[in-house]
Amino acid sequence: MTDTAWIDAAFTSARPQAVGALLRYFRNLDTAEEAFQNACLRALNSWPQNGPPRDPAAWLIMVGRNVAIDEVRRNRKQEPLPEDEAISDLEDAEEAMAERLDGSHYRDDILRLLFICCHPDLPATQQIALALRIVSGLSVKQIARAFLVSEAAIEQRITRAKARVADADVPFETPGAAERAERLSAVAAMVYLIFNEGYSAAGDTAEIRSPFCEEAIRLARLLLRLFQSEPEIMGLTALLLLQHARAAARFDADGTLVLLDDQDRSLWNQQMIAEGLALIDKAMRHRRSGPYQIQAAIAALHARAARPEDTDWAQIDLLYGALEIVQPSPVVTLNRAVAVSKVRGPQAALEMIEPLAMRLSNYFHYFGVRGAFLMQLGRNQEARVAFDRAIALANTSAEAAHIRMHLDRLMRDSAPRAAKVSQ
Amino acid sequence: MLYAILCYHDEDLVGSWSKEQDTAVMKKLAVVQDRLRTQGQLGPVARLLPTTSATTLRKDDPPVVLDGPYAETKEQLLGFYIVDCGNLDEAVDVARDLGAANPGGAYEIRPVGLFQPGDRLK
Repeated sequence: MTDTAWIDAAFTSARPQAVGALLRYFRNLDTAEEAFQNACLRALNSWPQNGPPRDPAAWLIMVGRNVAIDEVRRNRKQEPLPEDEAISDLEDAEEAMAERLDGSHYRDDILRLLFICCHPDLPATQQIALALRIVSGLSVKQIARAFLVSEAAIEQRITRAKARVADADVPFETPGAAERAERLSAVAAMVYLIFNEGYSAAGDTAEIRSPFCEEAIRLARLLLRLFQSEPEIMGLTALLLLQHARAAARFDADGTLVLLDDQDRSLWNQQMIAEGLALIDKAMRHRRSGPYQIQAAIAALHARAARPEDTDWAQIDLLYGALEIVQPSPVVTLNRAVAVSKVRGPQAALEMIEPLAMRLSNYFHYFGVRGAFLMQLGRNQEARVAFDRAIALANTSAEAAHIRMHLDRLMRDSAPRAAKVSQ
Repeated sequence: MLYAILCYHDEDLVGSWSKEQDTAVMKKLAVVQDRLRTQGQLGPVARLLPTTSATTLRKDDPPVVLDGPYAETKEQLLGFYIVDCGNLDEAVDVARDLGAANPGGAYEIRPVGLFQPGDRLK
């Protein structure tokens, strides 16, 4: 047996470009996927003997396309009624090698493939499942395992999503600049969604869901290679890297969430941090700010602090202020209040979040943060009420356990002491 | 004679290594490096961050700063500098100064992820 790991890696790496190009030829997701699968089967026969081709993606596109065209021709002989529309560009199939090797199309091919997956009609979980299956090439089994649902359920989710996008009529012409920018922004949001699906997992599932984070980072890097001058894509990639760099420190041995202040910073992945910092530095040079860049800049300030007390909270406060302007949301204000509590004290922070009470009345973090501020102010009775409400609203056992820790501390300490607030 | 050994590989592939795989490769490399070091043969060693972090200064008149790595194949790698700068802006300024002294061609500016100075080499 030869080691075929390099072949798998080549398939994964070539997949977005190859399936994207095959989709442009055949204009049908199932045909494109099948053509890619067939090309991979041939590659498994040919590559171990002949060595890897110079450009694996071009090889897979060419073979995938030829195999699929052969198949249509064969079917035509059986069926008297030919369907010319079934295949676009059929006539130039033989002389298209040069075009295949030319990269001018592939940026839009990959973007289109990703854009199809984030169609607004698709609920988030379907978008994620579709993107992981089609673009990343994860198996149904892998996706089902990460989502903690049955393979049949994922299979159904993907089939439904495909049926929806088939009706959606995404145009195959080369997009104009405005449309390209729109697609890019939708795709960036989906990549962030995939990341958060992994990042928001609780301690007991964090390990299982970390492929979501890794895939999102891979897709963000892919986007950045296609759109090298987009500061928001630099920001997105930096944000994902800086957040994922903390993965090993975010949960303790029991799977309990460890807050930023309490994390063992020696467990942070310095290689990812270095890359994230370099990318945010690069993005800032463009002087075109945006939500991903601002969030990455906040993550960068945390990453730069060797100890929690070295954190530049004043700067973080300013950055959240900027984020409130470009992306106003009560959750952003809540996060800002945490920074404000460090800079100007819990009273100022509490005043800042009072107006959010109505809109965040069912939000776990609101009551966790509010309880922590009240506890710092020595208003223990009110703090207890807030913490009780937080526990009732907790989404995961780790969240509830964390608040219970605060409550225990309240019971133990009669004197007020500084509480750790979630970030 | 000093020799520079330049490392080429598919960064997509190397980037897809797990942390364990990456550490294992670095460990095996360290064995070779240690031998060279004790023999006084090892100079500076650097591992660059991915090309997505690269910026390129085309030394045209006037010079142009572009995002991304140097992608042309008609020019050849003739040398390199390692400079210590506070941020990318400063590094680009250094490249501009060098470019003014020697116009034509391009400089690719890449952050260094890992650096061992290799002080034993004279």
